Amino acid sequence: MQISIQLNGKKITEEIRPDLLLIDWVRQHGCYSVKCGCETSNCGLCTVFLDEKPVLSCSILAARADGRKVDTLEGLKEEAEEFGAFIADQGAEQCGFCNPGMIMNAIALFREIADPTDDEIKEYLAGNLCRCSGYEGQLRGIRAFIEYRKKGGAVCDK
Amino acid sequence: MLKIREYVKVKTLEEAYELNQKRSNRILGGMLWMKMSDAQIQTAIDLSGLGLDQIEENEEEFSIGCMVTLRQLEEHEGLAKWSSGIIRESVKDIVGVQFRNLATIGGSLFGRFGFSDVLTAFLALDTYVELFKGGLVTLKEFAERERDNDILVRVIVKKTPGRQVYLTHRNTKTDFPVLAVAIAAERDGARVVVGARPLRAMCVNVDDAWKEKLEHADCTPEELRELAGELAEQVPTGSNMRASAAYRKHLANVLIRRGLFELHDRFAADTGVDMDKGGQQNAD
Repeated sequence: MQISIQLNGKKITEEIRPDLLLIDWVRQHGCYSVKCGCETSNCGLCTVFLDEKPVLSCSILAARADGRKVDTLEGLKEEAEEFGAFIADQGAEQCGFCNPGMIMNAIALFREIADPTDDEIKEYLAGNLCRCSGYEGQLRGIRAFIEYRKKGGAVCDK
Repeated sequence: MLKIREYVKVKTLEEAYELNQKRSNRILGGMLWMKMSDAQIQTAIDLSGLGLDQIEENEEEFSIGCMVTLRQLEEHEGLAKWSSGIIRESVKDIVGVQFRNLATIGGSLFGRFGFSDVLTAFLALDTYVELFKGGLVTLKEFAERERDNDILVRVIVKKTPGRQVYLTHRNTKTDFPVLAVAIAAERDGARVVVGARPLRAMCVNVDDAWKEKLEHADCTPEELRELAGELAEQVPTGSNMRASAAYRKHLANVLIRRGLFELHDRFAADTGVDMDKGGQQNAD
């Protein structure tokens, strides 16, 4: 079947198998930040934006994204790098495996809630699992980023 | 691994219904549970082009298209207001935002899954499902039926005045519930719904005399404990890897009791009743 998806701003039209998952499709197009972690829709590692909303690319068919807009970490470079620096400052990455999915969903959070409370941060990021850190480092990084943004330092607002 | 040979984004419900009569074809909801299976699907039927992804509200009811996501349910202010917040409460711990942006109400209810928070919460409300061929049936009746090849088109929630509470117990925060309890006292009666038993959610009606006492915030703590015990006794429970039947039975009593105390407190707050008698939230 033929699909047409706008991936990171570039329209791609091609033939695919009907059961091709979106994660496999974006990786075929060089988006290697999108990784397969649990394969059970639980870890958040494969998070991409579908029409600006965070979704699990391991759990949706590429066919469902036909005619829509998909963004990965590769397409959010400036935003992602800016926020990622705050995570790195806290040493929160450790092994770094969960980081792309965590950054994607944190950016979705910042776009949706301008000044989230700790409870809102924890609730929004509950679907992103990290097995190294216990999440404290990420929480500190997010708080620091929000403070920085309040002082007018971030480009992340849309 | 899930295999799909053909994919059809249907243009009408009639087309979807006809395709769905073949056993090897399947309608896709959010696809999150189906994706975990090894199903070999001849034709996957996609309803996402039919405009069934909206929540419409009028003076009498909410009409929720089958492709509405759990995240849309969670964020809908009108539903939150009319359900005492239990719709949001019931979905907020389902994995994460990314999951809830995909999972649909149609898939959640059509599957009638034993673990379903969504089925438990909606059963507590005055809810109907609109089936393409079967017409309008109560969610309670639908939940008791076996799966067939009809299509769940919309979910209708009547704006029946009342108060509701929702409680769950989970071993870990984003896991399936070990037990889920929703309690509603509405104009047409009071009921307790127990889900994740781990069998399909079931309804137990509360006697009208008890309902009246609850609504007048006129129960003592002892009476509420007694009522919780009676209701919990009527709920069969089973065992699985999350918990034993005995543990679930104990939990049912505890969660129903907590729910009744919370409901009682809310009615007391509504009527301005002094809660010396029965309003103290039970701490256990």
